Formats: sequence, structure tokens, C-alpha cells
Amino acid sequence: MKRSELFPDMLEKRHKRDRLFYSLTVGALWIGVVALFVLIAGVLWEGLPWLDWNFLQEFPSRKPEKAGFKAAFWGSIWVIALTTMFTVPIGVAGAIYLEEYSANNRFHKVIELLIANLAGVPSIIYGMLGLIVFVRMFQETTDPHTFFGIQVPFGRSVLAGALTLSLLVLPVLTITSREALRAVPDSLRQAAFGLGATRWQCTRYHVLPAAAPGIMTGVVLAISRALGETAPLIMMGALTYVAFTPSSVYDSFTVMPIQIFNWASRPQTDFHNVAAAGIIVLLAVLLSMNALVVVLRNRAEKRRL
Amino acid sequence: MTSSEPHSVVLAAENVSIYYGDTAAVRDVSFDVLKHEVLAIIGPSGCGKSTMLRSFNRMNDFISDCHVDGSITFLGDDINDSNLDPVSLRQRIGMVFQRPNPFAKSIRANITWAPKMAGFTGDYEELVERTLNEAALWDEVKDKLDKSALSLSGGQQQRLCIARSLAMSPEVILMDEPCSALDPIATGRIEDLMDALKENYTVAVVTHNLQQAGRIADRTAFMYQGELIEVGATSSLFTQPKHQKTEDYITGRFG
Repeated sequence: MKRSELFPDMLEKRHKRDRLFYSLTVGALWIGVVALFVLIAGVLWEGLPWLDWNFLQEFPSRKPEKAGFKAAFWGSIWVIALTTMFTVPIGVAGAIYLEEYSANNRFHKVIELLIANLAGVPSIIYGMLGLIVFVRMFQETTDPHTFFGIQVPFGRSVLAGALTLSLLVLPVLTITSREALRAVPDSLRQAAFGLGATRWQCTRYHVLPAAAPGIMTGVVLAISRALGETAPLIMMGALTYVAFTPSSVYDSFTVMPIQIFNWASRPQTDFHNVAAAGIIVLLAVLLSMNALVVVLRNRAEKRRL
Repeated sequence: MTSSEPHSVVLAAENVSIYYGDTAAVRDVSFDVLKHEVLAIIGPSGCGKSTMLRSFNRMNDFISDCHVDGSITFLGDDINDSNLDPVSLRQRIGMVFQRPNPFAKSIRANITWAPKMAGFTGDYEELVERTLNEAALWDEVKDKLDKSALSLSGGQQQRLCIARSLAMSPEVILMDEPCSALDPIATGRIEDLMDALKENYTVAVVTHNLQQAGRIADRTAFMYQGELIEVGATSSLFTQPKHQKTEDYITGRFG
């Protein structure tokens, strides 16, 4: 047989398919970019005129021109700071156990399955859990009292909110940290073990630094998720009208998404513009947190020669 | 062996079988590694030679479904005994891998890291210079000890890995195809190095390069399909093999 019979001339058709798929992928990308752009432009258009220094200095008010974001802004900062403090050590440690220490047995597989499922549980369920466990403590202790220096039950406090959000983002953080640890080449572990290092020395000095950038990406995802969550906090009773900033972890609080939701659901159109201004602040906080982690990540990468 | 005096046994494998799950990668293998020799383990891909080598410092522990039957002793002690700490074993039996795997740290830190972890009390400067000299790398890197180890060439990286293992003052150095990722010139330098190392250390090297075994090894073990076919002085194994399979392999009829 001649070559031309073995390979009929399909070149034009193959190139056409190639171009088609290229356009599909570019199209898909642009749908996302344009949607985001329109969203941001719309929010800026509505919210920018209402956004001034006073907006961050004032507490909520019945009059839109006096309504401010101070309580929600600081509430979010408190909640996010606590959530990060709780989740990063626990999530990373859990991931290290699963990737570095745990034997690959049935117990390991069950844990793996549970974490994957937990990551998919709707956030409102975590809200109910937080309400029962942290806010009310199974109604075992109805009178607030001090227990080993800790005030129980936690009530509708910053602490209860942060713990609830911690449960919510822990599976996500654990999974992304595991991915980061798994991406570290085994040759690095072998090098360390071959020299008589213990598991912890190998993890602490070689695996963790190599996985740090990936873990930080997981931290960004977890924080962003926690910052934007509304449902579980409403469920556990974060207030919508708070005229003070938290000064301790036992204070009641509100967060930015709840305040935005509250403004947006009012009939007066002026409040919708106030909500837009709130969204701008929320986005700004989110982006600056992400930027901070990206800077930290780049520094971690550079430190590894 | 070049000298006629009896060498003492450092590592002894007796009826060793190694399984991955239910599959036997090594079957009923027995041989010794003698003090101050270079022992080469040769054989075609998948014959179990690397698996065998890794069982000497219990690197197979990290493969979850791997288990070892039979007895392996290091200077008379059973290395699979539950009382023996594999961390201490690996401090005394160093390992060099197929691909150079220096840490993403400075050249100096590559040498000093493991001693630091083990609580080394000696002089670090002296240690760095001595081990790099022993690995024939000192002259090339003495002016850039604080540069990244990853900036070195492949052959230099591999010599750094050898120096790094020497820093733990091991008694044995296991090398798992240490030249397979290197060019001929770098390979030649590593081979010279192995020859020099046997004065102070004992070297067991896995290679699929027959000529290399012929050049460097005092004794050679030939493995095929998980079994040890024969082991003996390199010169006699290459010139008067006792088994047909050995002859077929070294004459290039298979493998």
C-alpha cells in the first residue's frame, strides 16, 4: 500500500478541530473574565459615591447616609484572625499526619473519605452544628459561668463564630495541604532518611519548606471562604445590628457579608448603594489578604535557593 | 579480591526474600559484603538488585506493602530486629541514589545538615572540608560553599551527595546506580571515587553497566529474576562464569 492510502488526507479537518477547541477554551475564559468585570464595574458604579472615610468610622444606622461598616469590618477581622489561628496549625498537622506518618491502611482510607465528604457538607449544616455545640453547648450549661478560665457557653460570640468557621474550612485546608505535601518529590525524603534523619526532622526541614507555597495557597482559599461565609453565622446567631466593635472573644459580633445582606434586603434604594459600598470594602479586604499571602509565598519560594 | 587475606563480613544476607504484596521481588538470596571491598550487584532491569540493596539500610520500610523474610545482619546484629533503631542503622549505612538529590540548600548545609540533626559535636568547618575532599569535590566548590547545591552540575551534585553521606562517618555506603543519570566523564570520576572510598569504607553498588562492574568491583553478584545466580571475584565471574545464565548475560545474549 502506498503511504497516501494508509494516511488519507485529513490534515485540514484536524487543524479545523484544533482551532475549534482553541476558540472554545478562549471563549470559556472570557465568559469568566467578562462576568467578573461587569460585576466589579457594577458594584463600583453603585457603591463608590457612598464610600468615604466615614463609612468605615460609623456604626449601622437607620439613615442610609449615616450608615457605616465599622462593626462588621472589625467583626470580620476578629473572626478571620481567630479562624486562621485555629485552622492553620490543625489543618497542616492533620495533613502531615495523613501524608507523612499514617500507614496506608483501612483506617487511613476511612479518614480520607470522611474529610472529602466534610469538605462538601453545605455550610448551613456547620451553622447548626456551631449553634448546638459552641453557642449552646448542648444546653448543658444554661447559666454562663467560668470553666477553667473559659466562659461557657460561648453564646453568640466571636469565639463561637470563629470555631464554627474553623470546622467549615478545616477539611478544605487539610485537603489542599495534603496535595502540597504529596507534590514534594520522594527523592527528597529518601535523601533525608538515607542520612539517618527521623520522620519529624525530614518533615520539618525538607518536606514542609518545599510544600510551604502550596500550603499557603490552601490558606488563601480557606480564609477567602471563611471571609465570605454568611449562612452558618446567621444560623448560629451573629447579630445584624451591632453598634460596637468586639473587644474580647466573648463579645457578640456581626461580619461584613451579613451586614451587606441586611442592607441589600431593605426596600430603600439608597441602602442598596450602601450595600455596594460594603461589597467594595469586603473585596478590598479579600484581595489584600490574598496579596499578603502571595507575597509570603514568593518569599518562601525564594528562601529555598 | 586482590589480596589473599580473609576480609571480615560487614553485611550478611541469608535466605532473604522480599515481597511487594504477594509478588516476590527477591527470592532466597544469600551473600556477604566484606569489609573494605567494592561489591557490585548486576543484573537486568527488574531483577531485584535495587530492592536487595535498599533492604540493607531498611529503606524498604517506606514502601507500605513491602516485607522482608530471612535474615540480614550488620556486623553480626540482625537489622530487622525490633530492638534495632532504623534511624541509627541509616546513620551507619549511608546511601547514594540513582538521581542526584541534593537538598535545596547551600553546599555547606548539605554536608552539615545530617550531622547537626544527629547532634554532631565536632568541628563543622573541618567536616565540610574533609568530606568534600574525600568526594573529590573540594577544589571545585571551596570558593562557593554558600552557593546553592542546585547550581552544581549533575556529576558534582552526585559527588556532593556522596560527601553528604560521608559526613555521618558511615561504615558502609550503598549506591543505587549512582552513575545512571550522569555523562561518561562524570561517571569516570565517580568510579575513581568508589575505588578510593574502599580504603576507609565498604561500598556496595548496584549497576546495570557491566563494564562499570568490571572496572570497579572486587566482587560481583549477578541477580536474575529475583534470584542470586552467582557471586564471586569480579575477574573470575567475568572470565569463567559458573552458570550459563551469567555467561549469557555478560556476553550480551540478553538483558
